[in-house]
Amino acid sequence: MSNVAEFNTPQAKPGIDPNTMSIIVTKGSLDWAYPPFILGSTAAAMGLKVTMFFTFYGLNLLMKDLNLQVSSLGNPAMKMPIMGMHMGMPNLISTIPGVDAIASKMMKNLMKKKGIAPIQELRELAVEAEVRMIACQMTMDMFEYGIDDMIDGLEIGGAATYIEVATQSHINLFI
Amino acid sequence: MADQVLDAKGLNCPLPILKTKKALKSLEGGNTLEVISTDPGSAADFAAFCRTTGNELLEQTEADGIYTYLIRKAG
Repeated sequence: MSNVAEFNTPQAKPGIDPNTMSIIVTKGSLDWAYPPFILGSTAAAMGLKVTMFFTFYGLNLLMKDLNLQVSSLGNPAMKMPIMGMHMGMPNLISTIPGVDAIASKMMKNLMKKKGIAPIQELRELAVEAEVRMIACQMTMDMFEYGIDDMIDGLEIGGAATYIEVATQSHINLFI
Repeated sequence: MADQVLDAKGLNCPLPILKTKKALKSLEGGNTLEVISTDPGSAADFAAFCRTTGNELLEQTEADGIYTYLIRKAG
């Protein structure tokens, strides 16, 4: 039944545990929230030690109250399945007030219909799986985000904190 | 008959794997877990999950879009 390739033991630099992963999360929209949380939570479920470093718009994903949005503006690859076809949105449409909110609602409904976990659930599973989550000090200060608006269990750090994690991590992703 | 059955029908990636991990946590080593999924992507995922975690994928079947996996917990 299975036609998957053989899994070879990864050869990392001596001293680095191959089952380690870090992700820099830089985007905060609904669509961009998925890759880091799916990869981070799945890696943790597979026994990897995972660290996620949230910076710039990634900080948006750490808020207690999540209301993630997606925009069709400048997103030429976004073609939503509507009435059996795939329809792209002209950029002009996204400038109409309320359209982004509608697009976001549509996407969330589509996700619900297809049984895709909401970001809140993936985030909770990541926290439960002891994924280390670090919020970037500098961008928090820049955007004037308060730690109290964010979920519990976060560390705060800067670039050097992330670099140290990365030097000990076999897989390092920038999303 | 598996020691525990996890109904993951209707759930898509990565939930089948994440829920399986959670269910396995509550089992003893040597116990078996049967997972039922409707996610076509799960076929490759469960094989990869078991290889990486050392749990044994005893059986893998598919019928009418329903994928069933029998996993024995390591230990």
